[in-house]
Amino acid sequence: MTAVHETERGGRAKADRWLAAYRRMVTIRAFEERVNELYRSAKMPGLAHLYIGEEAVAVGICEALRKTDYITSTHRGHGHCLAKGASVERMFAELLGKEPGYCRGKGGSMHIADHENGNLGANAIVGGSTGIATGAAMSAKLRGTDQVAVCFFGEGALGQGVLYEVMNMAALWKLPVVYACENNLYNEYTHYSETTAGDVLVRAEAFGISAEEVEGQDVRAVFDAATRAVERARSGEGPTFLALNTYRFHGHHVGDVDRRYYRSREEEAEWRERRDPLALLSSWLTEQGVAERTLEEIRGEAQEEVEAGVGFALAAPYPDPSEVDEHVFA
Amino acid sequence: MSSPSVTIVEPATRRLTLSQAVNEAIGEELRRDPSVFLIGEDVAEAGTPFKVLSGLVEEFGAERILDSPISEAGITGIGLGAAMTGMRPIVDIMFGDFMTLVMDQLVNQAAKIHYMSGGRLKAPLTIRTTLGATRRSAAQHSQSLHALVAHIPGLKVVLPSTPYDAKGLFKSAIRDDNPVVVFEDKMMFAVEGPVPEEEYVVPLGVADVKREGEDITLVATSSMVYVALDAAEQLAEDGVSAEVVDPRTLVPLDRETIVASARKTGHAVVVDEGHRGYGAGAELAALIAEDAFYDLDAPVRRLCARDVPIPFSPVLEDLTVPTADTLAAEARDLVGKA
Repeated sequence: MTAVHETERGGRAKADRWLAAYRRMVTIRAFEERVNELYRSAKMPGLAHLYIGEEAVAVGICEALRKTDYITSTHRGHGHCLAKGASVERMFAELLGKEPGYCRGKGGSMHIADHENGNLGANAIVGGSTGIATGAAMSAKLRGTDQVAVCFFGEGALGQGVLYEVMNMAALWKLPVVYACENNLYNEYTHYSETTAGDVLVRAEAFGISAEEVEGQDVRAVFDAATRAVERARSGEGPTFLALNTYRFHGHHVGDVDRRYYRSREEEAEWRERRDPLALLSSWLTEQGVAERTLEEIRGEAQEEVEAGVGFALAAPYPDPSEVDEHVFA
Repeated sequence: MSSPSVTIVEPATRRLTLSQAVNEAIGEELRRDPSVFLIGEDVAEAGTPFKVLSGLVEEFGAERILDSPISEAGITGIGLGAAMTGMRPIVDIMFGDFMTLVMDQLVNQAAKIHYMSGGRLKAPLTIRTTLGATRRSAAQHSQSLHALVAHIPGLKVVLPSTPYDAKGLFKSAIRDDNPVVVFEDKMMFAVEGPVPEEEYVVPLGVADVKREGEDITLVATSSMVYVALDAAEQLAEDGVSAEVVDPRTLVPLDRETIVASARKTGHAVVVDEGHRGYGAGAELAALIAEDAFYDLDAPVRRLCARDVPIPFSPVLEDLTVPTADTLAAEARDLVGKA
């Protein structure tokens, strides 16, 4: 975020914004790869849903937001948290169920919330946070602030009715909310074309909500679309629906390793080799004259940050057993 | 006390209906706290089908008394998101039966956000809805589903029986930093009772002894308090002195007052309008059995709604809910005066 602010203040090269975005995307990738290792080496309880392959969506959207803006996230939410400003250390601590984690170890991978950065929480019910995001937008409007709320959800949530209830109200009352539908093609283990009748954008357009399909692997395209949507929201013009086409490189969760029954190796290779959001951005940066050495340094920094975060989390204490009864009520 | 009328601690001469008391509570809180607003179906000009909220939109405007689409889950989710970001919403769910439509928002979201976030987020959300049968509204407008809510850690449950309690408890619910569901018995909106002019609140988690007695404890919730008071009158004629304890809130539950009464009298019947199986009555009876066992002269009993869907036909519907006659008969049997 520092580089972005410097760009805005100092008028430095446009590439600086994208170097900062690259840093974030690389950090998310390195974080998730480390999560996968922790799970496979049985150091992490439960399971996790990796964001690898979708990094450009979270980073492109969050680069268009302020710290005071809100997001709600999903079970595949590590990328959203990090893109909105969460610390790698406290994220890892939460994933390991440790006391310094964002939720004192009580939420885990699927429920990380980081209210200081406006993250109202990840959600294990696919359409479950659509009401919360829309309510946060209503709250901003009632309180007279110009905050915006972004609701991240996967295309699987298109099957849950509460999304349509709240989109109707957001349109009726011109609430400052952006519905960011991450279409990674699969509702768990089923291709979305088998579960989703008709057109995705038309669902939002039926409510009079401005809707746009976005190339979700291109962080610059995501940022541009998000910037337009956030501006609309901030200026009182109401909600926007973004359908962001993307792909999860790994399975539905870390344990989903045998995927041949629902998608082919060829399809996975096509996305990994030709549509990797990190590779697409680094190629563009190189074209802009950024030295490969600079990109290598960024990757090295991200890796170091992630290793330090894992070390912190592994060494961190578990919550005291007395905490089991705490925080049931405020 | 020999009178069946409600015991009121504070002196008060003014009488309001329960409906007026709820209206006044919401109006006062809207006036004192700009973060309070109310959202629901037909809550503004219509003032709800029971007219409980009449007049509020005229004073507070359409931004704070907000008519919504018929989208119970959506408005509860929106209320929750607003609650998590600095507001104190009241979500109006027209009939308690419609609570089934909001269960994900309530159970998976609102109830858990404070705990799941390690105490860093909170949801000061109030939901007002109804319970109660005998309005000839049949199976989908007559249920008393408070036990469904009370089962979930993180949710508070308020069951006011008198206008005084309704007003004071409602104000506490709005000021509470947790999700609170207030169930008003739709058959009691016209019930009158004393409500003082001056401001007061009734804290959540404090039971009220609505009638003192020596021989048997009747633990009664919501409109069953009136059933219990009428039964107590009948019992008095037979020389049985009944104490009526109104928990007023199921969560938090004032265990001490309930257990102390049961230990004092040695007999207890729990009466609640929810279904009998796995219900609020079962929980209250278990509490007495566990904590007052050695002081009981007979096993605790419970009288609840029959375990059937609420039928339409009046002759059938009336059989499904406890009455003063059935309660008095149960109590006489328990104390050996049958």
